[in-house]
Amino acid sequence: MHIISEVLTYIFLFVALYIEVFFLISYFEITEKEKNSKKSNFKKTKISDKKLPSVAVIVPAWNEGKTILKTIFSILRLNYPKNKLFIYVVDDGSTDDTWQVVQRFAKHKQVKLLQKENGGKYTALNYALEFIDTDLVGCLDADSFVHPEALRRIVAKFEDEEVMAVTPSTVVFEPKGFLGLIQKAEYFFGIFIRRANQCLNAIYITPGPFSIFRRSVFREIGGYRHAYNTEDNEIALRMQKNHMKISNAHDAYIYTVVPTKIKPLLKQRLRWVYGFLKNAVDYRDMFFNPKYGNLGLIVLPAAGFSIISCVFFFFTRIWSFLSVLISKIKEIYTVGFYSKGFNFDLFYINTNILVFVAIIAISGMFVLIAISRKLASEDSKFGLDSALYLMFYTFISPIWMLWAVYNFVFVRKGTKWR
Amino acid sequence: MDWKKYTYTFFITVIIFITAIFASNYFNQKKINEIKNIESQISIDISASETQFSLLSELSCKDISSEFLSKELATLGDKLSYTEESRGSDNAEVINLKKYYSLLQIKDFILMQKINERCGGKHLFIMYFYSNIENDCKDCEKEGYVLTRLRQDYPELRVYSFDYNLQLSALQTLISIYKIEDKQPALLIDDKVYYGFKSIDEIKDVIPALKEIDKQKNIKKASDKASTTER
Repeated sequence: MHIISEVLTYIFLFVALYIEVFFLISYFEITEKEKNSKKSNFKKTKISDKKLPSVAVIVPAWNEGKTILKTIFSILRLNYPKNKLFIYVVDDGSTDDTWQVVQRFAKHKQVKLLQKENGGKYTALNYALEFIDTDLVGCLDADSFVHPEALRRIVAKFEDEEVMAVTPSTVVFEPKGFLGLIQKAEYFFGIFIRRANQCLNAIYITPGPFSIFRRSVFREIGGYRHAYNTEDNEIALRMQKNHMKISNAHDAYIYTVVPTKIKPLLKQRLRWVYGFLKNAVDYRDMFFNPKYGNLGLIVLPAAGFSIISCVFFFFTRIWSFLSVLISKIKEIYTVGFYSKGFNFDLFYINTNILVFVAIIAISGMFVLIAISRKLASEDSKFGLDSALYLMFYTFISPIWMLWAVYNFVFVRKGTKWR
Repeated sequence: MDWKKYTYTFFITVIIFITAIFASNYFNQKKINEIKNIESQISIDISASETQFSLLSELSCKDISSEFLSKELATLGDKLSYTEESRGSDNAEVINLKKYYSLLQIKDFILMQKINERCGGKHLFIMYFYSNIENDCKDCEKEGYVLTRLRQDYPELRVYSFDYNLQLSALQTLISIYKIEDKQPALLIDDKVYYGFKSIDEIKDVIPALKEIDKQKNIKKASDKASTTER
């Protein structure tokens, strides 16, 4: 048993390290490519107003009376020609005052108000799509806000005619408390991953907040699906399956409000991981399939691997902790508690191979954190959030991973949006 | 698809792993060398004591310096068992170190016994026989805790621990002399063998000198307390 777990640990560490190295190489590749390319981002953002495509932003809302105004105003404040930017607010059968609150825009030229019976986010999006005929279309959840330059930076990516969708960089809005800070670092990390995936042409999630699509995407492959409440994952997988290119504008910042309490956070993550697992089953033919390039061979298997390894390391940690605890209890039970005195000796520092691999992997994490923060335009390379993330994320994330895997395997019931 | 990138990523990962293996081996070897150094130091010390002992007719018992040895042997034992745990009890290097350690313990035991005979018994011994074979000795772990505690509480107590299954002729001779059966844990105290788990109190019953030490400690404590109250 011990040997099996040790061999598995080595395999898992090797694969984890392989993925880390692979992402780092990919990131440096794209950075180098962009440096050398004459079509730099800076030039791309200089598209004249006349040439800018028309954009519709859907704001699906269900009981968002408190935050929806802020969201709409942030879209209206975007640095984008007014005659080319439209907002479609869809009240998805709210039971609060959302509909009354948005009435102040009833006569606004840029804002269209739609109302329907409650049916879930994807139905709200599809409902709005019926009314939209702009060049580009996106969505912004009612708990998110956009950077004024975000849209122009995203639109610049559509200069490449092959690009069918562009994802932004999501950062945490005013992170509060312990969980808020950890998520802040986690979202920074997500920016890096998406950037590396962009290089690999392997973006498999077009996040709800402000991913922008060509309108033609929905005509060609159909609208949003329920997809276990992770329609943003499903649509991206469907696009990839149809060989549609998804790009990323890492400097297009979207600010999102994150749960600061453990229960809503767990629920949100359960939805994400459970949804990913279910979608992975639906799109299983993409895994390890060379037809889908890096996405099929590395990125999707890596995403699945991260869930399995998280669960594996959680159990090995619990196991080793319990073994130590049991020995300690046995000792105290046998001879009572007594002080052994403190005698520091370098001899007892663990010099196992695993320790050195872990040191290298953690050093890699520091590099990734520094790069992520740079991408998110943070001034410092390391912060309190990064420290908390490194220390606690591996203890918190297994909770929702395990829960999602449990639900995936044993429970037929799906997740709820909220 | 980028097979080239997959391949060189693989090689980079392999290189990282090999570096980790080398680093780990380097430090582990250093630890083994440290144990070897301690062993050779102890060997020199025992030889020195033996020589002193041979010259004893010309020296007084007071001049025999052996108190520190027990501490050194204990430290060595701790380091050896830590190494055994991390490298495995079937590791050839660990087995060799253990053999040498067992030999040093036997030599120390013989020397101490002789000193006891000549200079009067002031050294207390326990010989402990354990087994590392899985499920062979369920109480060995507990007995280990008891002896560690005793060693900490009574520095004058010398605990010699032997792996019963170690293939070392000197150890096997010791086992046959005292007729120690293949039942662990086994304790050899004052030429008598005790099998099965023995608690602290049970051991104290067998070695009354430990109780005597407790008594003296209590008297000292009481007089210290009295003198502090007087002040």
